[in-house]
Amino acid sequence: MGNDRLLNFAIKYGFLILLAGMVVYFGLAAPGFASPRSAVFVLQSVAITGILALGVTCTLVVGGFDLSIGAVATSALMLSAYAMVVLEMSAGVAIGLCLLMGAAVGLVNGLLIVKFRVPDLLATLGMMFLLIGLQRIPTQGNSIATGMALPDGSTAEGVFSSTFLWLGRHRLDLVIDNLVPLPVVIFLLIALGIWLFLGFTRQGRLMYAIGSNERAAGLVGTPVNRYKIAAYMISGVMASIGGMLLAARLGRGDIASGTNLLLDSVAAALIGFAVLGAARPNAFGTATGALFVGILLQGLTMMNAPYYTQDFVKGVVLVAALVFTFYLSSRRGTGRS
Amino acid sequence: MTKTACRIRGLEKSFGPNHVLRGIDLDLRAGEVTVLMGANGAGKSTLVKVLCGYHRRDAGTIELGGAPFDPADAADAIAKGVVTVHQNIDDGVIPDLDVATNLTLDRLTEPGAPLFVRDSKLRAEARRVAEGMGLRMDVRSRVGDLDVADRQMIAIARAMARAPEVLILDEPTSSLSAAEAERLFALIDRLRAQGVAILYISHRMSDIRRVADRIVCMRDGAISGIFAEAPLDYEGAVSAMLGHRMTDVDITPRSGGAPVVELGGLRLLPSSAPIDLAAHDGEIVAVTGLLGSGKTRMAEILFGLARPAAGEIRLDGRPYAPRTPREAVARGVFLSPKDRGSNAVIPGFDIADNMTLPFLSAFSRASFLRAGQQRRATQAMIERIGIVCQGGGDSILTLSGGNQQKVMIGRWLIEPARLLLLDEPFQGVDIGARRDIGRHIRATAEGRATIVFVSEIDEALEIADRIVVLHENAVAGEHVNRNIDLAAMVSQVSGPARPAAQTGAQDGQ
Repeated sequence: MGNDRLLNFAIKYGFLILLAGMVVYFGLAAPGFASPRSAVFVLQSVAITGILALGVTCTLVVGGFDLSIGAVATSALMLSAYAMVVLEMSAGVAIGLCLLMGAAVGLVNGLLIVKFRVPDLLATLGMMFLLIGLQRIPTQGNSIATGMALPDGSTAEGVFSSTFLWLGRHRLDLVIDNLVPLPVVIFLLIALGIWLFLGFTRQGRLMYAIGSNERAAGLVGTPVNRYKIAAYMISGVMASIGGMLLAARLGRGDIASGTNLLLDSVAAALIGFAVLGAARPNAFGTATGALFVGILLQGLTMMNAPYYTQDFVKGVVLVAALVFTFYLSSRRGTGRS
Repeated sequence: MTKTACRIRGLEKSFGPNHVLRGIDLDLRAGEVTVLMGANGAGKSTLVKVLCGYHRRDAGTIELGGAPFDPADAADAIAKGVVTVHQNIDDGVIPDLDVATNLTLDRLTEPGAPLFVRDSKLRAEARRVAEGMGLRMDVRSRVGDLDVADRQMIAIARAMARAPEVLILDEPTSSLSAAEAERLFALIDRLRAQGVAILYISHRMSDIRRVADRIVCMRDGAISGIFAEAPLDYEGAVSAMLGHRMTDVDITPRSGGAPVVELGGLRLLPSSAPIDLAAHDGEIVAVTGLLGSGKTRMAEILFGLARPAAGEIRLDGRPYAPRTPREAVARGVFLSPKDRGSNAVIPGFDIADNMTLPFLSAFSRASFLRAGQQRRATQAMIERIGIVCQGGGDSILTLSGGNQQKVMIGRWLIEPARLLLLDEPFQGVDIGARRDIGRHIRATAEGRATIVFVSEIDEALEIADRIVVLHENAVAGEHVNRNIDLAAMVSQVSGPARPAAQTGAQDGQ
């Protein structure tokens, strides 16, 4: 009995306790870790992956998966740069185009999965390849920056609009001047929105029902296909927002950036399963998972761990979180019945 | 006297508190087809699974050819001479591989099988097996490209390559057309002549009439009848399978008010006879029949999951042709499906979320769920139907089968229905919960029409005002639930004595 309770407690709060312990440890061991600037730096480093991870969480909720988010994000990065620098469009039009592109990719993913019955991993993997290739075609594989030579011999005259760059670079005052970068605010707002949507709305509840038993959800009259497509569209739009924020931060259409986006965001969403013993995809867990990775890397960096150990550390955290979720929760499940 | 190939004595098996097999005594004789009949949940499949090594028995003995038979697992059972061809054909063959590989697959898993596969040797072996069974397809063709009957034959041929003493066929004709089934029967005749003991599990009377040498009926985990003398007493077998001990539920049949739903010339399948049927306000109609009689098809048509081949449906006098469950629900037609585990229960949800799932919009304001309302409605329903639980926050998986089923039915009682369809509502439900559900359905019947689809006559007698018997996708009889002539009803369930032309298509059961 006592053992059961301990196990339940560990499953529920273990991950958060670990997170708190880590913060305390780094705060004591690494001078400068426990400062507002450092905290903001962590948030900034996870904002974009966090936004992508929240999108992929929605597809995980309906029992799917979206491997194309990284490619959607880099496509949005290139598209926004191309729209402003080469086509000389305004920031508003560029943003609109990117959001539309994300939604369209999500729609195609969803249709491939529900209408053409392509398994989700394969459909979105195919889409990932397609987009990675597609985003290179207009610029013949080059990055986009003002003054670059275009295929027709002219040079690109446009510039990133200042409004657009403001999105990625502006910092709000909070206690200290110029503290909180706008992408962090956007990340937190999106996290709040997805958390409310998945946890507290009728539509969110139906999406969980679909992920848990699709047939049963359909037999109570849920339009299952529409919800699944919607999940992929949310994922696509989130990824395009992430990509635009990255473009706004970099200020150029860098073809090589965003390589780690997919793995990092998927890891955050999966780590999120372990938070509060949810054992299922959830927005709060995803955001916490992203923070966990961010804090760990920031702490290790400040303690002079070499950068090339970062992926290894992420991998260890992910595997540990998965064991935590699936092994411990299954034991709890059998203990009950 | 034929020799007994397999002797089963006092076989028992329980799953947790569920006593599924309660002392089975059964002999399977060489060169004889023993047909095993039983309604859903009678324990047939558990018996088969014990014989083919999937489950270990709790008590009892099995002898095979005089020696004790105690298979460690499925492979061991096959090696010892008990081979099973399962109901789902694609479980028995690998569609992406060719016929030769499929026929010789078991050889590849034998201990001491060579590391490298020699195709020419494999094909020669496969051709030998195929010829022995009278199969004439090219052994190099891909199994997925063959028709269902050929795939079935291959599954059986592969089984026969091991020269088994006992062959178990679980619903082998369930996806075969009449002509295909005839080929299967010819094969069974051949195997019988070779002295194989065959255990044939089926609900289809036409099949049973064709192949049975002996009929064994199971009911509630025990043998309820053995019919061995020619001519076989098929009606006796059906009534032994369905059982109709007098129930202690007293029903005063009501005739109901105005018709709520009317089926006019409805054909379930293009080849079946038209059905004319009405269900009235306040009335409970039970539709009964064997597996494959068209019950499920009818439920699916009424709920927008399938389209009728012809005819029309009227709901409250207006045409009703739902294309999706969503449209059906919008018109007030609710279905509680059979097999709640795969069709109804949301395992990740608690009781309250499971209960309120169909009507979440009624429990939300501007999309946001109102948890308090959900909880109150669930609590009220828990008290009304008597669900044994701590509260609406319990995980649905902590409930017993009967209580889960109460949640699944309660879900459709939250909002008033015009037509409530219950497909096998008593499946996997203990007798207490069954009575509770029946009583509650009867108590709330006013204001809607209710159609209950059940294969057990007992269950129909317990709940219905009127019982409609389906056979081969057509109405075979209709009875008001008062002093019913059970013998007549049972004979309608089992169908006319002359085998009707068998329809190949299935209703998906």
